[in-house]
Amino acid sequence: MSGEVKKGYARPLDIKHGRVDMSHGGGGRAMVQLITDLFARHLGNEYLAQGNDGTCLPLGQGKLVVSTDSHVVSPLFFPGGDIGGLSVHGTVNDVAVMGATPLYLTAGFILEEGFPLADLARIVESMARAANEAGVKLVAGDTKVVEQGKGDGVFITTTGIGFLPDGVHLSGDLARPGDVLLVSGTVGDHGTAIMSKRENLSFDAPILSDTASLNGLTAAMLASGAKIKVMRDPTRGGLAATINEIAHQSGVGIHLEEAAIPVKPEVDAACELLGLDPLNIANEGKLIAICAAEDADIPPRRHARPSAWTTGRRDRQGGGGRQRLRADEDPVRRPAHGGLAVGRTAAEDMLRC
Amino acid sequence: MKYVDEFRDGEVAQGLARAIAAEVRPDRRYNFMEFCGGHTHAISRYGVPDLLPENVRMIHGPGCPVCVLPIGRIDLAIKLALERGVILCTYADTVRVPASNGLSLMKAKARGGDIRMVYAVTDALKIARDNSEKEVVFFAIGFETTTPPTAVAIKMAEAEGLNNFSVLCCHVLTPSAIMNILESPEVRELGTVPLDGFIGPAHVSTVIGSRPYEFFAEEYRKPVVIAGFEPLDVMQAILMLVRQVNEGRATVENEFTRAVTPEGNEKAQNLVSEVFELRRSFEWRGLGEVPYSALRIREKYAEFDAERRYHLEYQPVPDNKACECGAILRGVKKPTDCKIFGTVCTPESPMGSCMVSSEGACAAHYTYGRHKDFEESTP
Repeated sequence: MSGEVKKGYARPLDIKHGRVDMSHGGGGRAMVQLITDLFARHLGNEYLAQGNDGTCLPLGQGKLVVSTDSHVVSPLFFPGGDIGGLSVHGTVNDVAVMGATPLYLTAGFILEEGFPLADLARIVESMARAANEAGVKLVAGDTKVVEQGKGDGVFITTTGIGFLPDGVHLSGDLARPGDVLLVSGTVGDHGTAIMSKRENLSFDAPILSDTASLNGLTAAMLASGAKIKVMRDPTRGGLAATINEIAHQSGVGIHLEEAAIPVKPEVDAACELLGLDPLNIANEGKLIAICAAEDADIPPRRHARPSAWTTGRRDRQGGGGRQRLRADEDPVRRPAHGGLAVGRTAAEDMLRC
Repeated sequence: MKYVDEFRDGEVAQGLARAIAAEVRPDRRYNFMEFCGGHTHAISRYGVPDLLPENVRMIHGPGCPVCVLPIGRIDLAIKLALERGVILCTYADTVRVPASNGLSLMKAKARGGDIRMVYAVTDALKIARDNSEKEVVFFAIGFETTTPPTAVAIKMAEAEGLNNFSVLCCHVLTPSAIMNILESPEVRELGTVPLDGFIGPAHVSTVIGSRPYEFFAEEYRKPVVIAGFEPLDVMQAILMLVRQVNEGRATVENEFTRAVTPEGNEKAQNLVSEVFELRRSFEWRGLGEVPYSALRIREKYAEFDAERRYHLEYQPVPDNKACECGAILRGVKKPTDCKIFGTVCTPESPMGSCMVSSEGACAAHYTYGRHKDFEESTP
């Protein structure tokens, strides 16, 4: 079947008032029209233009890195972003924190019947913007439509492909006693921004999601020559879950210096009100890195200013202590009330082994 | 954060810790029970035990609303959602408490029950207004702090003629629970729970005032210090309790003067007594049947009482045999004394109610104190 819709035959896609209907997933002209007039228009490139069942990509240098992530978020549009940009950022970041250079993305859309095309257009435009900024190309895609009530507007699954230069090896099991943990900015912004707009939980707080691609930052950090051992983007489960994972993988305990963890006052206040801990709240544009203590100064300050706020000390034998390094660097500081706690110990989970 | 950070100042805490250490007598032990889950959480989260001398021990009390809810009550809520097809609204932690037949409200939701988590009872009223074709039940739990809002909701529903709204009332009373602990054989006769004083509730006391505790101080010779939920409040209260014990006094003192008065909030009290009356008896998890320890909706508001409306019969259900929640809620055992603590029973898949809410003794210890057990057990 031809992929072209003859001019003058089909009505143009009514992006302003139209809605997704079952025919948009049916494989016929309506679907082709949606793809050409909306997806390809914003996301098109030489690879997508191949128009075959699969896309041929040139091989890059080093090892291939692949990551996939399904994005379901409610509301779809939130302060500071939307599901479109998020679906690019999330997957780009997963590839980037491996130390790889993300180059390509694929996207699968599950659309709910009745979803406004205008909203879909906003989402696709936002994806295009995010992909452009991150320097990645959408090379394959898929669209399915489910009946009304069987989806939540839009679900987007993206797969990221990148290349890892030879000699770069980052892994969650490389943290060692004495290492330093760096965080690239305030924690808890994304999750709090989302919660502030949930129907049953609306509160008026000027909190924006931090959703952003991190590949510029990761590239600069790696280029700095610092011996970085672990990089992660602390998304779902927040900083605490990510640090727990690393502690388990590496068989070390990690001590946090609470007073030095950057949290925006409004995020802190919202979490206090809801009985939540900013360390457990999702981020979508922050990274943490673990490196040797002597490298704590090296990471660049061009994209964001990573602040050193803790040392990963205390080994399996339970020895060690805490040593605060440079807690004064970040412009956003939480007031010093950390002296009471031995860290916020949700993240301080010692291994039982 | 204004009005919060001041009460979490590490240096002030160190000063209080030094004062406590200087005033405790080395020749005796001090066992204080913090009644409220809010205090339990603050004590664990801020590492207060690390700042206390070895001979000062904090015993976690039963003041966690989710923890004391017996299985039979949750079964009633599940029954309403699954068998009567109501929209069941409740405060978030409640949905994870294990009930009979391997169910919880969360699992009942997965089986098709329309169960909604709300942050305030007014959200349940809104759901009732927006779903006039369905019946909406608010599963009301909590101590005196959450009771006045429920009373307000019932009055609002009456004023609006919102006849698809009702309340499954499980509100319980603090003084009765304290009395039950003081009267328990473990405290009175066996001495397995040595109690030298109480840290009195913060939010509950803003409603009921400090007067109701005077009876305990006088009758049972136990000092009570009402304290706020911030770590410095707790530290200051411990210092005040140590002083009372050393001086042989047993009175009610108020550390939380910024919010608690002797009389409490009389307007809220009047509202509560207008809508609710005492139950003759109520089953608590851990404490068993406690006479006059809970509230039910008065006859005047019977149409808003889910128990009457749906002719619910309460069936007591014994706890899981391996679960030590009962003994932990009475202060007889510590979370680590429970065989399934941290193994079968974790905050992700709780077996007992104490592991559910962040205010529960087990969840607090699992989240904030577990690493110390590991250190102690390492050679």
